Amino acid sequence: MKILGFLLLLSGWAIVLGAVALLAPGGPRIAFLLSGIGVEAIGLAVFIRSHPLLRGERD
Amino acid sequence: MMPVPALSDLAVLLCAIAILLVPFAWAGLSLINTGLGRSRSAAHSMLSSLCAISVGAFVYFGWGFSWQGYSGGAAYHLVVGGKGWSWIAAGKFLLRGIVLDGSATSLAVLFGMCSVGLTALIPLGTGGDRWRLGAICGSTALLAGWTYPVFAHWVWGGGWLAQLGMAGGMGRGFVDAGGSSTIQAVGGLTALSIAWILGPRRGKYTWEGMPSAIPGHNSVLLLLGCMLALVGWIGLNVAGGLLFTGTDPGRAILIAVNTLLSAAAAALMGVAITRVRFGKPDASLSANGWIGGLVASSAGCAFVVPAEAIVIGGIAGMLVTFSVEWFELRFGVDDPSGAISAHAVGGIWGILSVGIFANFSGLAFPGGRQATAGGDSGQWLAQLAGVASLLGFVLPTTYALNWLLDRAYPQRVAAEGERQGMDLYELGSGAYPDFATHSEEFSQRRL
Repeated sequence: MKILGFLLLLSGWAIVLGAVALLAPGGPRIAFLLSGIGVEAIGLAVFIRSHPLLRGERD
Repeated sequence: MMPVPALSDLAVLLCAIAILLVPFAWAGLSLINTGLGRSRSAAHSMLSSLCAISVGAFVYFGWGFSWQGYSGGAAYHLVVGGKGWSWIAAGKFLLRGIVLDGSATSLAVLFGMCSVGLTALIPLGTGGDRWRLGAICGSTALLAGWTYPVFAHWVWGGGWLAQLGMAGGMGRGFVDAGGSSTIQAVGGLTALSIAWILGPRRGKYTWEGMPSAIPGHNSVLLLLGCMLALVGWIGLNVAGGLLFTGTDPGRAILIAVNTLLSAAAAALMGVAITRVRFGKPDASLSANGWIGGLVASSAGCAFVVPAEAIVIGGIAGMLVTFSVEWFELRFGVDDPSGAISAHAVGGIWGILSVGIFANFSGLAFPGGRQATAGGDSGQWLAQLAGVASLLGFVLPTTYALNWLLDRAYPQRVAAEGERQGMDLYELGSGAYPDFATHSEEFSQRRL
């Protein structure tokens, strides 16, 4: 789960980079940019859920 | 390549004075971290702050600035889509070739050296009561030597985020005058990584996963720290505005007013929310709100009117107050100082607020960063790209680096250290010698 979240964060950022560098200003670029951030948000959620009290002591 | 910006004599003087105020922010954050920790780790907390600032300064001097650079300096470019995107500076190590004479570049060096120390202080509160001093130094070296300079290059050194305006048609490119992203969000996301890697303090969560309250030991230190932080933040925002967004020196007063109003609105929002929800105002959450307001003010402090600064601060106070609870209750993240909420959440909101409220008319950004044919309408996209880079680059990078460090040198103190307190375990003496301590509790008994 942790690695999946990690990869989704990186993938979302790659989509954003691609949108910024390769697409001309306009609707498609905005859509790709927002999609990239959406993928990052999913990755962040997965990353957060993979860390429930992993190493902590629960006395 | 963008040209090296020139500053007027007045701007140089004002900028130097403003940068010299930044150590007040160090003092403020250090006191906040210490006040929100336990009394048995207070000396360790303050010494950790000094060590983090020192390690950060050395590493930044060694190679940090050479990778951050300044607008107009040498940099490596990646050509994509027919355009060259600057991704890292190519300066010489040990500041060779830079004359520290009051030029814009030399002021950027001093500003960076101060702000990297501030960035390094942010995770200290999160790792309080369980983060080893040696690991703090190692983690700070990674932050000051890689994560901070690379991201700061993208934003302040003429990097690809700054280029988004002219090369990408997104307003003026990513704009962050005082460091909501480069300092605060980077520090806050590092704090999140540290919280995950260290895990919660002993006794923080029950077996059912319910958090227990471990209150800070000194609210006076906490609130004094908030007041000192304001002075440092005004310096940070004024200096950043002058150096990185070409703000006219006359706007320094506007920046100071906006900074104060934003913090005030955020603190009052924290007081009001906790008063309504818990029946009495909560000092810790209100202080976190104050810091969140300062953090959120930084990015757009030079481009908004005071009424907008109040709105930015009020929203920051609300976000910080609720997110402290979300992180603790829902995500199982033990953050004694609330740094993740105040600096990461507040910082990201500050970045986005530029896209919503900022008005750049009449401003001459360094490096000729003027709006393209689309005007400033695409500014919000540039700000979103900055947030995406924080989540997609800074968080994975800082997590991976600290995870690797943890493999080589365990970052969390042994269980015995947590029981004794960091002061006695790592330093051998406590912060408050007047307190009666029973030495036999801490030393081996001779039977």
